[in-house]
Amino acid sequence: VHAVFTGQDLTDLTGPLPQAWVPPGITVNNPDHWPLAKDTVNHVGDPVAMVIGDDRYSVIDATEDVVVEYEPLPAVTDPEKALAGPPLVHESLGTNQSHEWSLGGGDLDKGFADAEVVVERRVVNHRTAGGAIEPRGVLADYRAGSLTIWSATQVPHFIRLFLAILLGMSEERVRAIAPEVGGAFGSKLQMYGEEVLCAWASRKLNRPIKWIETRSENMAVTHQGRDQIAYVKMGAKRDGKLTALHVKIIADLGAYNMLLTAAIPSLGAFVMSGVYKIPAIQTDIVGAFTNKCPTDAIRGAGRPEATHMIEVTLDQLAAELGMDPLDIRRKNFIPADEFPAELPIGVVYDSGDYDKSLNKLLEHVDVGAFRREQEELRAKGIYRGIGFSTYTEICGLAPTRVVGPEGFGNQAGFWESAMVRVHNTGAVTVYTGSSPHGQGHETAYAQIVADKLGVDPSVVEVIHGDTGTGPEGRNTYGSRSLAVGGESLAKCATKIADKAKAIVAHQLEASPEDIEVSGDKFAVRGSPDKGMTLAEVAGAAYLNHVPEGMEPGLEATTFWEPENFVFPFGAHACIVDLDADTGKVKILRYVAVDDCGNPINPLLIEGQVHGGVVHAIGQALYERVHYDEDGQLVTGTFVDYALPTAAELPSFETDRTVTPSPVNSMGAKGVGEAGTIAASAAVTNAVIDALRPLGVSYINMPLTPMRVWEAIEEAKGKAGVAA
Amino acid sequence: MIPAEFDYTAPESLEGAIAALAGGGDDAKLLAGGHSLLPLMKLRLAAPSLLVDLRKVPGIHGIQRENGTFRIGAMTPHAVLERSPELGVFARAAGSIADPQVRNRGTIGGSLAHGDPASDLPAVLLIAEGSVTVAGGSGTRTIAAGDLFKDYLLTAIEPAEVLTEVRIPALDGWGYGYQKFNRRSEDWAMVGVSALIKQTGDICEDVRVGLTNMGPTPLRAAGVEQALKGQPLNADSIAKAAEQAAEGTDPPADLNASSDYKRHLARVLCRRALAEAAGIT
Repeated sequence: VHAVFTGQDLTDLTGPLPQAWVPPGITVNNPDHWPLAKDTVNHVGDPVAMVIGDDRYSVIDATEDVVVEYEPLPAVTDPEKALAGPPLVHESLGTNQSHEWSLGGGDLDKGFADAEVVVERRVVNHRTAGGAIEPRGVLADYRAGSLTIWSATQVPHFIRLFLAILLGMSEERVRAIAPEVGGAFGSKLQMYGEEVLCAWASRKLNRPIKWIETRSENMAVTHQGRDQIAYVKMGAKRDGKLTALHVKIIADLGAYNMLLTAAIPSLGAFVMSGVYKIPAIQTDIVGAFTNKCPTDAIRGAGRPEATHMIEVTLDQLAAELGMDPLDIRRKNFIPADEFPAELPIGVVYDSGDYDKSLNKLLEHVDVGAFRREQEELRAKGIYRGIGFSTYTEICGLAPTRVVGPEGFGNQAGFWESAMVRVHNTGAVTVYTGSSPHGQGHETAYAQIVADKLGVDPSVVEVIHGDTGTGPEGRNTYGSRSLAVGGESLAKCATKIADKAKAIVAHQLEASPEDIEVSGDKFAVRGSPDKGMTLAEVAGAAYLNHVPEGMEPGLEATTFWEPENFVFPFGAHACIVDLDADTGKVKILRYVAVDDCGNPINPLLIEGQVHGGVVHAIGQALYERVHYDEDGQLVTGTFVDYALPTAAELPSFETDRTVTPSPVNSMGAKGVGEAGTIAASAAVTNAVIDALRPLGVSYINMPLTPMRVWEAIEEAKGKAGVAA
Repeated sequence: MIPAEFDYTAPESLEGAIAALAGGGDDAKLLAGGHSLLPLMKLRLAAPSLLVDLRKVPGIHGIQRENGTFRIGAMTPHAVLERSPELGVFARAAGSIADPQVRNRGTIGGSLAHGDPASDLPAVLLIAEGSVTVAGGSGTRTIAAGDLFKDYLLTAIEPAEVLTEVRIPALDGWGYGYQKFNRRSEDWAMVGVSALIKQTGDICEDVRVGLTNMGPTPLRAAGVEQALKGQPLNADSIAKAAEQAAEGTDPPADLNASSDYKRHLARVLCRRALAEAAGIT
């Protein structure tokens, strides 16, 4: 063992871990969050010491000898109790409240005055873990005044910036590399203390420092998601027409505000209207500190919570009105001819056709036949249910006016960069500022560029995740890589194609306007055999056989930012069987119709939808991060944190509609989070549908067997009293 | 993630294993499939000083039928049991253990010697009224299933003894049922109920019911057995008998199940296991 450090040793850091995005226009309480606790440990997993040795074996043995004398402090793990506090998580703040923020539009009082029916529900969206199969890992190498850090991260460019600031280094002296990363789901969109510590210790000890996270550490320290309690109030006319929606969210932030912690619930507020025309709407958010691991972005980040609130409460309203859940949806859909649709809160949905996706769903699901079957089965004591979710989401995180300094307070712009370099032989190297971690960007990006340049995707190499190779970048999160990064690449490849056309026109004595990509050639329109391959164009470009005044070479860089977000949407249905004796739910069918605009690669879309849906089914039925009242983490392993496996899941049925986005030239939208945003509500609505004949009309996730059984027992008890 | 330092030996004879175990003192542990021991070591909840690996010991693998008894070597993996339908309820229970990787490595001897009440095989050994053979420095002895499980993770096997063989009477003429309840297919049983029924006509001549994870040790549901033995077998008599399934049990609550819920599950699963064993659907 070479060294042991504690928080007191970190005297030369310029500051604590950063909070980068906050809701606009308000003050957010931001307690100091040091990579190693300085005097108080605020949650299980809050690191206290760093042990450095020659190999993992000796280091882990040595950590057994680190004796920490804790003075137990009272803990608070329930955000509502925390807001009523004490005990206080951070005495210095004098409160457990981080912030309050609201977003509204329309006349809420009038909306509820107009309502003939109002339903109110307390919707609990419990805490989940990212659960990426590859835990985090960091290798920092400081030598000769420069730092290279390899990290399993989604955001190498952010890491370079923050490390430069925290270590007091000049930014060009820091290179951050995200190699192939084994999944993240938002959990690696962070500036983690371990990254700072490895870099700091490498500089201090003058040697490379490596840290590989264990699964146990991952479950306790890697940021978690969700954990909101929402009081949802929905008003409507008797005919089902929505008049108002008011949501009060209590967001459990855990012990600290990390990179985006405080901003996550606000993302939900942006889509609190869902796919519906609601004249008056308001979302009030209160952030609460508790003695738990911080929450931050996990797949969907605020939007799954919002969709769950809307879609589950809408079913409750339909039941109250005696309406069909699909009828009430259709009645309130924003009509297809109103896009781009500006909502009362000021958000503009780019494109949508919600009837179309629902109709497509109903081609796969015969609801009439299902209801008859359901009736017959109930007579036999089998409880089958169907649930729907018609959703939209906001993604393609970009417009600086919203997420930059004037909006969500991030001191940055949210463009994405691209660089395309055509080599002498016509092979292409592409650099992107987005930073994939398992999504298949290399495939989709190669397709986009190959398509523009008339080459096979196999000769297009995509380089990503290295601040030392390509241009400045803004990385990957919020389903932005295709809609922002992919479009940037398309624009960059178009620049190359334009230059190629000019070169070809020059060589063939034609007009550039008459040159088009035809098969594997830039050819004269109407004479497809008269043309040049990209290799021939590159040859000319590097031999300086270019038109007068044109630079030699064939390379371009683009920075591009869209005017707006993109809004994927769709319609999902879930069919479940409920074992009324045990409370166990089995999913029989899951049908997903998604619209992410023009598809670039159908197989990648399919993969994202499958994974996204599993993520939400996991939350609805299986997964839950749980702390006991003393703040002890009781779901610290994959034995207790129940990720579903293939054995628990049906074979998914998927389909698509295509409604192009006007926001980018490809007409594409993001799809990485869509399945997760849609699915928890479809599952929950299906379970409630199955439970209704048993006297249960509402239940919160997670729909574990015991909780479902208890709900049935409680309903029986009430029925008994009533009788 | 990384266990504390330990020594390792893989003797090539049973005598060698017994000697190594005895010589290793209190902190020596036998290693069979490792699916219980190694996770405990990685979490540093167990820190044996010496692992005595049984993988090279001859004669403790495989299944033989001899005079109406199956003799199963302690190192026989669950996957082999699963593919031996002649073992009846044992094959069925073994096939429900965790996932294929675990079943390929985990062994019958390891599972029974670990004595986890949430594991599938211990309660099944109880209702099969089988036994285990253990070998130590002073020779071998047989422990009947009913005497094997003493307390939570505690068996009648002495620290310096090696479980070498499991004996199960061939249960010809018995119908069986096995009902395991868990959240995910790979999980341990939240509650499990195993049942054996011997019937003549529609009369229940004999019945045995085992409970998994309903207490610190695997249990027999004596109340159910008494209620059903000698009775006609039908849905009503089974339902009535199954009501006794949780009688006298005090299952500890855990993250996913309260004691009440476990008792409820025991009754539901007992009814289903009995119906299955009796061929009543």
